[in-house]
Amino acid sequence: MTWGESMLWVVGPYVTIMVFVGGLIWRYRYDRFGWTTRSSELYESPLLRVASPLFHYALLVVIVWHVIGLLIPMRWTDAIGVSDEAYHVNALVWGGLAGLGTLVGLALLIYRRRTHGPVFLATTANDKTMYAVLAAAIVSGVVTTAAGFVPSEANYRTTVAPWFRGVLMLQPDAAAMGHASGLYKVHTLIGMALVVLFPFSRLVHALSAPLGYLFRPYIVYRRRAR
Amino acid sequence: MRIMGQIAMVMNLDKCIGCHTCSVTCKQTWTNRPGVEYVWWQNVETRPGQGYPRRYEDQDRWRGGWTLTRKGKLQLRSGGRLHKLLSIFTEPVMPSIQDYYEPWTYDYENLTNAPLSDDVPVAPPRSLISDEPTKIHWSANWDDDLAGDPAPDPVLAKVSEQVRLAFEEAFMFYLPRICEHCLNPSCVASCPSGALYKREEDGIVLVDQDRCRGWRMCVTGCPYKKVYFNHKTGKAEKCTFCFPRVEVGLPTVCSETCVGRLRYLGVLLYDADRVSEAASVADERDLYEAQLDVFVDPEDPAAETAGLPSDWLEAARSSPVYDLIKKYRIALPLHPEYRTLPMVWYVPPLSPVVDALAGTGHDGEDAVNLFAAIEALRIPVGYLAELFTAGDPAPVTAALRRLAAMRSYMRAVNLGEQPVLPDTGLSEEELRDMYRLLALARYEERYVIPTAYGNPPGVVEEAGCSLDYDAGPGMLSPFGEASGRPVPVSIENFHSLKDRQTGDEVTHDRINLLNWDGRGTPAGLFPPKRRRA
Ligand code: SF4
Ligand code: SF4
Repeated sequence: MTWGESMLWVVGPYVTIMVFVGGLIWRYRYDRFGWTTRSSELYESPLLRVASPLFHYALLVVIVWHVIGLLIPMRWTDAIGVSDEAYHVNALVWGGLAGLGTLVGLALLIYRRRTHGPVFLATTANDKTMYAVLAAAIVSGVVTTAAGFVPSEANYRTTVAPWFRGVLMLQPDAAAMGHASGLYKVHTLIGMALVVLFPFSRLVHALSAPLGYLFRPYIVYRRRAR
Repeated sequence: MRIMGQIAMVMNLDKCIGCHTCSVTCKQTWTNRPGVEYVWWQNVETRPGQGYPRRYEDQDRWRGGWTLTRKGKLQLRSGGRLHKLLSIFTEPVMPSIQDYYEPWTYDYENLTNAPLSDDVPVAPPRSLISDEPTKIHWSANWDDDLAGDPAPDPVLAKVSEQVRLAFEEAFMFYLPRICEHCLNPSCVASCPSGALYKREEDGIVLVDQDRCRGWRMCVTGCPYKKVYFNHKTGKAEKCTFCFPRVEVGLPTVCSETCVGRLRYLGVLLYDADRVSEAASVADERDLYEAQLDVFVDPEDPAAETAGLPSDWLEAARSSPVYDLIKKYRIALPLHPEYRTLPMVWYVPPLSPVVDALAGTGHDGEDAVNLFAAIEALRIPVGYLAELFTAGDPAPVTAALRRLAAMRSYMRAVNLGEQPVLPDTGLSEEELRDMYRLLALARYEERYVIPTAYGNPPGVVEEAGCSLDYDAGPGMLSPFGEASGRPVPVSIENFHSLKDRQTGDEVTHDRINLLNWDGRGTPAGLFPPKRRRA
C-alpha cells in the first residue's frame, strides 16, 4: 500500500466527517428555509407514487444492512452462533434485493425527472451532481454485493468494517482497508463523496424524518413572534 | 375553561356580485410570485359549481378534514399518525396541478414579431409550469356564472334529483372563500414537522417557513384545500389573514377592497378547552350548535378574568361577527361536517328567493310571501343546508326568515307604513340593528379590530424587514433560488414587480398585464422605438 493510499484511508474519512458535520451546522444556520424535500409531486404523481416509496423503503433496508455489516464485529455474530455462510447468504439475498430495489427506484425517478418537462425544469445543477454521485454509489454497491457471490470477494467484514470502526474509535486501521478489493475501495470512496455532498444538497431532508409527530398533540399553538 | 380570542370573518353572500376584486387584490399582495402562480388564497366560486381546486368538496376522494373513529374519537380522514408517517414518501391524494389549473402567460412578442400576413397576429398562451405552448382549458373560475351543469358539483350530488333539476333554472350565487382559520385545524394536525400552528393571541393559522420540510400532508389535510404547495420553494403556503395588517388594526386586503362591502371582521372569544369536545359530537348536524357553544359571551364574567388585553375585550363586546353569528344567528359556518370548526362564516343569500318570487309576479319583499317561499322553494334551502349546516334545513330556514323579516320590516318603515313584526325571535330594535349592520354596513362597524399587543395602530410592517432588502430571494444561493433566508412576501412582490417592469431579461418578451399599474411603459409592452435614419 502506498503512502498516498494510507493517507487516503486515514485523513480522508476525517475530512469527510468534518465537512459533513460542519456543513450541516452551517446549512442549518444559514439555510433553514432551503431545507426541504423540494417535492415535484405537484407536477407529476403517478410515476412518483410508485418510484418514491420503492426507492426510499429499499434504501432504508440498505442502510440497516450497512449498519449491521460495518458496526457489528465478526466475533459477535460468531459468539451467538451465526455461521459465516448463513450470514453471507442473508446479507447477499436481502442486501442484494434491497440494493436492486433502490436501483430500480432511482432509475424510475431519474427517468421521470428526464422525461417530464416541468420536473426537469425544476432540476438544478446541484440536483444533477447529487443524482450522479447517488447513482454511482448505488450501482457500485450493487456490483460489489453481486461480486460477493465469489467467496474471496466477500471479505469486507475483515477489511472495510474494521477500518470503519477504527475511524469511529479514532484509531483508523489503514492497513485493514488496504487489504480490501478494488471494488470495495471504489464503493467506499463514492460513499465518502456522497457524505461530503449530503449537507449541501437536497439529501438533508433525510435528517428531518418527523418522528416527533407520533408524540405531539394534534393542534400546535404558538405565541406570536415579537 | 381557557378563553382565547380570534379575529373571525363573516361574509354576507347576498351582496356578493362575483367581481373577483378580492381575489385579485389578494393575489397582487401575496401570491404574485413564481412558484405560486396557480395559487389563490382568496377565490370566488359560482355555486352550484365545481369550485377550486376542482371538486375539492368531495372528501371521499380528497380525504380532507376529520372523521370519528368507531370509538367516537377524532381522527384525520387521511389516516392515523403512524399510517401518515409510513406513507410519507408520497402524498397520494394531493391534488395535482391539473386539478387546480396550469397557470399560463402569453407570448406577447409574437404580436410584434409575427411576419406580415392577412391575419391579425395573436399572443399564444404559454404554460408557466412547463414553459411550453399550451391550451387553456381550465382555471380557478372557469365555470364562473355558468352554474348550468350541476353534475360535477359534489354538494348537489347530495340533494335529491328533483331539487337538482329545478336548480338548473332557479338558482346561482357566489361564494368567496379564504382559509377558515379553523378552531380545530386539520392542516395543523396533519403536519408531521409541526410547522403549521395556530396563534394563541388571534387564532390566525400560519406556516412556519423555516420549519416546513415540504411533506405536503397539510395540503391533503385541509378539507377546504386552502393550503398550497409552492413548487419553487418546496414549502407550503396559505392565507395569512393579512396578519401584518390585522396586527395594527387594519382589515385584510380582501375585506378592505371588497366592492360589495360584505365582509365583517371582529373578535370572537372561545373556550379552547372545549374545542375537541365540540368537534367530536356524534351527529354531523349538531356541529353547528356545538361550535356556537364554544364561543364565549364577551359579557360573561369569566371573559373578564381570562387575562385578555382590555382592548381585545372591548373589541369582543362590539364585535359585528359575534352579533351576526350568535346574537342574530344569521351567519352559518361553511361545511361544519369537516369537523375543523371553521371561523369564516356566511350569511346565506336570500336574493334567489326574492328573485324567484318576483319572477312569478309576486311581491318579493312581502314577509308573508317570503316566508311561504322559503318553505316552498326547497331548492335553495336544501342546497344551502348542504353547504352550511351538514344538510339540516332548520338553521338555514331560520336565518333566511330573519333576513326576510328584516327586509319587509324595513320596507314598511321606509314607506312610512305601520310595520308588522314577523315572528322570528328578533325584536324590533334587533331588526333595526341588523339592518344597520347589513344594509348600511359602515366601515367602522364592519371592522372592529383591536391592535395586537403594543403595535402602533395603522402602521404596517412585516416582521423583521425593511425596504433596503437586496435583490430577490436567494438568487445567487448555491442551493437554487429557494434557499437562504425567506424574504418577506411584500418585499419579494415589490422586487419582482419592479424587475418585471424595469428589467431586461424577464419582461423583454413577456409582460404580465395584471402586474402593470398603468404607469410608465414597461419594456415588452411596446416594441422598441426605431430610430429614423
Ligand atoms: S381552512 Fe385553513 S385552518 Fe382550516 S384546515 Fe384549511 S388551511 Fe387549516
Ligand atoms: S370583492 Fe366582494 S363583491 Fe367582489 S367578488 Fe369579492 S367578495 Fe364578492
